[in-house]
Amino acid sequence: MAPMSKMALGIKRASRSHTYHRRGLWAIKAKHGGAFPKAEKPAAVAEPKFYPADDVKPRTVSTRKPHPTKLRSTITPGTVLILLAGRYMGKRVVFLKQLKSGLLLITGPFKINGVPIRRVNQTYVIATSTKVDISKVNVQKFDDKYFAREKKTRAKKTEGELFESEKEATKNLPDFKKDDQKVIDAELIKAIVAVPDLKNYLGARFSLRDGDKPHEMTF
Amino acid sequence: MVQGRQGQRVRLYVRGTILGYKRSKSNQYEGTSLLQVEGVNTKEDVSYYAGKRIAYVYKAKTKSSGTTVRCIWGKVTRPHGNSGVVRARFRSNLPATSMGKKVRVFMYPSSTFFAYSI
Repeated sequence: MAPMSKMALGIKRASRSHTYHRRGLWAIKAKHGGAFPKAEKPAAVAEPKFYPADDVKPRTVSTRKPHPTKLRSTITPGTVLILLAGRYMGKRVVFLKQLKSGLLLITGPFKINGVPIRRVNQTYVIATSTKVDISKVNVQKFDDKYFAREKKTRAKKTEGELFESEKEATKNLPDFKKDDQKVIDAELIKAIVAVPDLKNYLGARFSLRDGDKPHEMTF
Repeated sequence: MVQGRQGQRVRLYVRGTILGYKRSKSNQYEGTSLLQVEGVNTKEDVSYYAGKRIAYVYKAKTKSSGTTVRCIWGKVTRPHGNSGVVRARFRSNLPATSMGKKVRVFMYPSSTFFAYSI
């Protein structure tokens, strides 16, 4: 709505009825059968019996929802990424999809360079211009839950066991994850082998050499 | 025991040198350090490095958390002058003994959003 301007003291440029029409409230009213729509209020909580001793207001629950993470425009499914930090730094990997948490789902593939299906943050990644056709790869089953840590269930110990040192649980990857990796790798490698040199490219690590200037590089 | 790195050595950082603190004739501002990054010679080159993480890695006599190697993290804030010198802030100010020593300027956070435009 435009600001009200005055023609003279006490005389507005737009009349009351004109302003009413221009604000369009009548349209909202008409749409809802002659009354303004009201947001439904939650049922009132019963008043406490006593006046609270402390003058502390209860915290209002934040209704703010974070925006989903934007995927960098250079990263699309199938893009070859270079990992910049962590255990697999320097490895070239294939981007599969973005998960709900904003993290990127990637894989080496494991067979080629030893990088398993994992999640990475896009700030620790360089997007290259190389792309792999991953239209045949089914990545539907992967979500953030898939990578969640298993909850430890602690069994109560009997008195005898209390002083025994805890047995080391096997830390092997569960079989179903190994199978998932194989399924993904099989399709992915088919697509990779079809392109000349791509397998060797993914197998090679990226590293800076003397005199390299990353600010002048295009990936 | 943690296994050492095997195979090909991977360097994913650019080397830089600590020049000193930001300063005027008689004052110095220890909160801001000046660095010379290898291969960066103009103000425009710095735009790639703005926001990038830096590590000053050094060795101490006593072990802390199982190692004698320690590190002070920081980040590139902006160019300093026109010849590619970089201003940086560290989580704790760099010690005076670090002047002339090397730092590692990493390639992350990798994004276009951090680019410093002039």
